[in-house]
Amino acid sequence: MIARARMWVERHPVLSFFIFFAVFPFLVPYPAVATQVLTFGLFALGFNLLYGFTGLLSFGHAAYYGLGAYGTGIALAKLRVGSLWVGLAIGVVAAVVGGAIIGFLCLRRRGIYFAMLTLAFAQLLYFIGFHLADWTGGDDGLRGIPALPIWVPGIGSVRLNTSLAFYYFAFVLVGLAVAVLRRILDSPFGAVLQAIRENAERAAACGYNVRRVRWLAFVFSAAFTGLAGGLDALRLSVVPIESLYWTTSGQAVIMTLLGGAGTFFGPFVGAGIFLVLEERLSLITESWPLVMGAVFMVFVLFLPKGVWGTLLARLSARPTPGE
Amino acid sequence: MDRRAFLATAAVGTATLAFPHVLRGQTKDPIRIGFPSPLTGPFAVLAEDQKKGAELAVDELNARGGILGRKVEVLVRDDQLKPAIGAQRTKELIENEKCQFIVGGLAAHVQMAINEQTKKSNVLFISVSQSDEISARPDGGPLTFHEALNPTITCRAVGSWVAQNLGKKWWIVYADYAWGKQCNMVLSETLKKNGGTVLGATPYPLGSAEFSAHLPRIQAAKPEVLMSVTPGADNIAFLKQAISFGMKKDMKIAQPLHWLANAKQAGADVMSDVYGGINFYWELQDTNPSAKRYVESFQKKYGTPPQDYGCYSYSAIMEIARGAELAKSTDSEAVAKALRANREYDHYKGKQWWRACDNKAFQDMWILKAREAGKTRGDWGLFDVVTRIPGNEELERTCAEKGIA
Amino acid sequence: MADLTLAALAAQLFTGLVLGMILVLLAVGLSLIFGLMTVVNFAHGSLYMLGAYLGFFLLGLTKNFWISLVLAPLLVGLFGLLIERVLVRPLYGRSIDDPLLLTFGLSLVLVEAARLIWGKIGLTLDPPPALAGAVNLGFSAFPLYRLFVIAVTLAVLVALWLFLEKTDVGLIIRAGSRDRLMVRALGVDLGRIWLIVFGIGTALAGLAGILAGPMRGVYAEMGVTIVIESFVVVVVGGMGSLLGAIVAGILIGEVVSLTTYFAPKLAEIMVFVVMALVLLVRPSGLFGETGLME
Repeated sequence: MIARARMWVERHPVLSFFIFFAVFPFLVPYPAVATQVLTFGLFALGFNLLYGFTGLLSFGHAAYYGLGAYGTGIALAKLRVGSLWVGLAIGVVAAVVGGAIIGFLCLRRRGIYFAMLTLAFAQLLYFIGFHLADWTGGDDGLRGIPALPIWVPGIGSVRLNTSLAFYYFAFVLVGLAVAVLRRILDSPFGAVLQAIRENAERAAACGYNVRRVRWLAFVFSAAFTGLAGGLDALRLSVVPIESLYWTTSGQAVIMTLLGGAGTFFGPFVGAGIFLVLEERLSLITESWPLVMGAVFMVFVLFLPKGVWGTLLARLSARPTPGE
Repeated sequence: MDRRAFLATAAVGTATLAFPHVLRGQTKDPIRIGFPSPLTGPFAVLAEDQKKGAELAVDELNARGGILGRKVEVLVRDDQLKPAIGAQRTKELIENEKCQFIVGGLAAHVQMAINEQTKKSNVLFISVSQSDEISARPDGGPLTFHEALNPTITCRAVGSWVAQNLGKKWWIVYADYAWGKQCNMVLSETLKKNGGTVLGATPYPLGSAEFSAHLPRIQAAKPEVLMSVTPGADNIAFLKQAISFGMKKDMKIAQPLHWLANAKQAGADVMSDVYGGINFYWELQDTNPSAKRYVESFQKKYGTPPQDYGCYSYSAIMEIARGAELAKSTDSEAVAKALRANREYDHYKGKQWWRACDNKAFQDMWILKAREAGKTRGDWGLFDVVTRIPGNEELERTCAEKGIA
Repeated sequence: MADLTLAALAAQLFTGLVLGMILVLLAVGLSLIFGLMTVVNFAHGSLYMLGAYLGFFLLGLTKNFWISLVLAPLLVGLFGLLIERVLVRPLYGRSIDDPLLLTFGLSLVLVEAARLIWGKIGLTLDPPPALAGAVNLGFSAFPLYRLFVIAVTLAVLVALWLFLEKTDVGLIIRAGSRDRLMVRALGVDLGRIWLIVFGIGTALAGLAGILAGPMRGVYAEMGVTIVIESFVVVVVGGMGSLLGAIVAGILIGEVVSLTTYFAPKLAEIMVFVVMALVLLVRPSGLFGETGLME
């Protein structure tokens, strides 16, 4: 029976996502934590597209998260665009533009040099954000993001003033992102992506423009990550400067690893584990970072596929890439 | 019991275990005060003191029957000195733990993130750390109260005294972030008003702990006073390095704030003769009756004298109690109105009062000078009290200057 | 803004040299470990911190700074051997990112462990009275301790060079950095060599920590930013190149020091600007070899 359920989930990943997350807020103690799993999961999803599916380890993903967050925040708070949709769109566009430029510059190198260059650009953005205090609020963070109602066609103006209402707003957007990712991965482009991850030289020999495919993956990754940032700006009503700091990039890495790099749902599983661990552990002990670090090390040593990845591998007769 | 009944009971039992707040009845619920504070990270020691002050307040309140006859609880959460985490913990405290009030915050940027959440949920928030913005537009609001000193008050007070007593030619070294920049600005203005000159001002990245690159220049300029706007570990590193360059012999060193834990960590050799401002020092018990009562109570519970930041959380929780008793309600708006209508209070050091237009607390502060090695008294007798600076609304910006009508 | 005199500039350059020395010690260790094992040791910053804390502990125990100065790095090196054997070795043959991720987790554990053992409050590490005070170098009074740091680092670098150039083990290490497969084909037991290299690399980090302690104080977070800076130095110098680590370390130390003088606000970011510029012009760093870790 489990095998049958698993096959159904494998065949209908987007639908599974929608079904599970539609009821998710009722499975957790309070809705705000569910929203957090969604936005963090989306952040990890964006990172995972680049790391798990394309094979590129980026140390600077905070840059696109931050661009999305600040883009949305500045649009709503400083430029006073009157619509949440427009604000989010501006955030995503900012992240995409950043990803396109930074990706172009960084992809000229590979391996650890690539990773360090992505970090350098992220820190550069952090520095700029820190010092452009008139726009970003500097290290005080960007405040004053208005909680605007949204216009839903057919229903009218909806205020997102309860935690649950905001959850479903985020749920729709994240669900759309998940659907788009599925399309990307199932497309010929997605196949080339994974071919490049497995063996770049062979893919090049087959005539694919490796650099261009990687760059496109980078841009898509930045888009998803930027949307996560924008949603968080709305969720928190502030954009902290730490959004652009390398520790935020580190969180994406941890969550992806905990869930399972290169798996479809891994990022959300990882986000959930990470958030639950962090919250529950910090109630038990003030030394929770030690436990978190130890757990992480255990995962690297014994569960490199992450929780979801290991689960999939155990449950399947044959390995299925891209789930 | 048949299978169905057993399953039903088990289901109910599990549900109750999973969602324990269902069990609580409506009357005589405890009053819950949420308390986010950076228990992990570079300021953990200050956060620890905040926590102690809060828990002492709760003990004292419960010993005399609680608030409105209900027990008081304080729920401490680690905000990791990060605004996003502070906001998330606040959401958890309000949504999951149903806290009626929030007290807390150590870092300015975290306070403001906490404040956004409490504003969203219409919950009273008393901020207990330095910040100029928390009581001004756009952050401030009718349910946002600020118990602690802020950079403007601190730097005007300390700056004036230093300019009038130590010297009028300064060099300022300041951490390049909000608190540091605000202090630098206010200190410079205050010095100029007192007829002095700023020979130079050097920003440095917060947490960098490497000052040797700046020191030769400062030495060459020969200031009378070296103003050190360096928080936390930076403070100790900076003083050590300045001393190693021989600067303590050539000039006076002053800083906007002293922290007792910091002075203890640095040691008297490093701290000696450094001047600084503070909101409370335990040796005040010798001359101040409120301080005596507070210090004895703290000492009895914890075995050490109170530090500085813990006093703010103690006072804030006492204020919530006072406001709730006056309003005969735990509704945030009612409590806020009650506090504004009955502005004066005294919980640990003397008269304090709220300014109605911005919910800002005004209070006495002191200038301290660190004692030399050999002149300290025990583990904690590290300072001499130089002078008291009474609470004064002129030390703060006016509400108009803060953007409040 | 900055009235530049030759004396002030010289003082600034000297300060940059000291800064650079600490970075060099860290970068050389990182580069050794990376060059031979292609392991990116993210825990390097926390081993630096550990060196400082152990220095404090030993100083309290022995009351002798010189003994502590020798013992602390040795202890950190021993701990490094343990890490290599138990944590890093099992990851051989797996993804190249795995040791990086593992050492990242390890750094979280070590920082928190230090807090648990030594408390949340930072500690003071005092240099011996013989090194207190300042020396008049003509252009400025310069703290004697900082001159000591320069001297020690130079001595250690010379010793390291001798070790690599003149001993058999050193020869194998150099050969292994250049061509790992070949060395194994020649029948050398790389496992033992890896242990040695990891031990030396981590010991250097510990040495940097105890040297830096008296200058900057000892606290749990002290390794967090410097690990990023040392990675930048290694990348700028070229991963796997020791000469590169030394040149880049001094270069970056001077860049930071001079930027601090002329434009203090930019000092933080200059490190990354230099790295980005170097990488865009010389893809493998100043002295790195192409193809390594690509």
